Amino acid sequence: MAERELKKKTASERTEQPVEDVPAASAKGEKLKAELDDLLDEIDEVLEDNAEEFVRNYVQKGGE
Amino acid sequence: MAIPKVCGIETEYGIHVVGGDPNPITASSVLINAYVHEMVRQRTGWDFEDESPGNDARGAPGPDALPPQVETHLVNAVLTNGARYYVDHAHPEFSTPECADALECVRYDRAGEEVLVRSMEAAASTVADGRTFVVYKNNSDGKGNSYGTHENYLVDRAVPFARVAAAVTPHFVTRQVFAGSGKVGAETATLDGRPVDFQLSQRAEFFEEPVGLETTLKRPIVNTRDEPHADSRRYRRLHVIVGDANLCEVATFLKVGTTSLVLAMLEDDALPQRVLDLADPVRAMHEVSLDRSLARPLALADGTTATALAVQWELFGAARKYADERGLACMGDDAVGEEVLRRWEGVLHALETDPMSLARQLDWVAKLQLLEAYRDRHGCGWDDPRLAAMDLQYHDLRPARSLFARLDTERLVTVDEVARAITEPPRRTRAWFRGQCLTRWPDAVVTANWDSLVFDLGTDPLRRVPMMDPLRGTAEHVDELLQASTSPADLLDRLSS
Repeated sequence: MAERELKKKTASERTEQPVEDVPAASAKGEKLKAELDDLLDEIDEVLEDNAEEFVRNYVQKGGE
Repeated sequence: MAIPKVCGIETEYGIHVVGGDPNPITASSVLINAYVHEMVRQRTGWDFEDESPGNDARGAPGPDALPPQVETHLVNAVLTNGARYYVDHAHPEFSTPECADALECVRYDRAGEEVLVRSMEAAASTVADGRTFVVYKNNSDGKGNSYGTHENYLVDRAVPFARVAAAVTPHFVTRQVFAGSGKVGAETATLDGRPVDFQLSQRAEFFEEPVGLETTLKRPIVNTRDEPHADSRRYRRLHVIVGDANLCEVATFLKVGTTSLVLAMLEDDALPQRVLDLADPVRAMHEVSLDRSLARPLALADGTTATALAVQWELFGAARKYADERGLACMGDDAVGEEVLRRWEGVLHALETDPMSLARQLDWVAKLQLLEAYRDRHGCGWDDPRLAAMDLQYHDLRPARSLFARLDTERLVTVDEVARAITEPPRRTRAWFRGQCLTRWPDAVVTANWDSLVFDLGTDPLRRVPMMDPLRGTAEHVDELLQASTSPADLLDRLSS
């Protein structure tokens, strides 16, 4: 019983996610996929100008 | 009966200076001083601090101040929410106050993030030389330098440490499947020498020993530091150094909640019947992090094998049974304990059937989904520096730059709750007494520590109030006393009468 309920829940959660390899994604899934697309559109503007230099310059001392 | 799992998280944040002196110790001090000056009415020194008025000004030099100097004396503050905010090695570190349950721990961990955000803003308005301070909630710089996110749990001293170590090791090795924050590439030699695209954990590859005292060299999966900050005859503080810094609230909640349950089962002798001892915990730690399929069998000491998920299912099954038979009082709050179990089960199912469905719950999945989408769009390989930059920027705490902030991840605490947790202490641990005293009588509290407060009443010698029990000094215990006390002297009179 508990297991069946859980599987149902997992399935409904899945439809809320933009899973790219599931062609029959629900409308909600499509919406989230579209949101991820929008985010990708923004990313190049948000990303630090010179990715290589930015990554190279991020140097930390070990902690703890 | 298991003792309540009082818990907390210490986070060492990455700090990067753009323009000007790159010294991270100076930068961390400036950041914390700026916050303390702007946000907190009274800075209270930690116990070991030798206060001197000149120290306060170093982060915010006025027109007639000396130029900033490299810190020889690290900044250390206690906040009215009972947290500690200080410079540790070369990082700003925020230690949450003692929390009564895993959800409260999420709230204060989030409050810590907000304190760092406000610190960056405060520093921007006090530093006139063009420097910008950027803070990252991550655990490595991608070049082999790692810094920690440590959890702490209250454990019954009666349980021998060897049993603690044996019980937590399989959990620490396998909980990465939901608690990992994900990372592009690898920074140490991998098991098979092959290049790594992406792994589940930021920290896993830095662990070299099963058990030990070190935290910076030869890092152990189980840290043996025995510093209870409480009555050592009754309590241990299990200091957990193996975790990643999480941004997803669900990941933090599960990391703390499941670990609390494992420790409670240990105390009540309710661990799984099947012995889950790993043949080589360090190797398994690395294997789990490198295995995105979540299907790799790990060698157990008894000659059999189990996947990380199988180990987690064993632990979950025992915890479910434990809760049904013994209740969840040890979790601070029954509803929170039930929620830990519900989410633990749901996440294990989803990891088994469709891991990418957890992109709103788990950091490694959220990050991987973003990276894969970017790779798809731009057709770039895993070695493209833009992916490493995205990995770093996922953890950037600046609201305008953070990639994590742009993802619609599931929240467990509200913005208002987090805002309150920035100034108000948890009600159900001794943090309440510490935080309330600092709020009410900031001038009288000269030093504060986890297990004591020291008052200066202006007349007598300094008066120390010990707080050796993390479960005393709660709102329930001391609110009447605090309300009735008209002054710190009155409070101390009432305490000693």
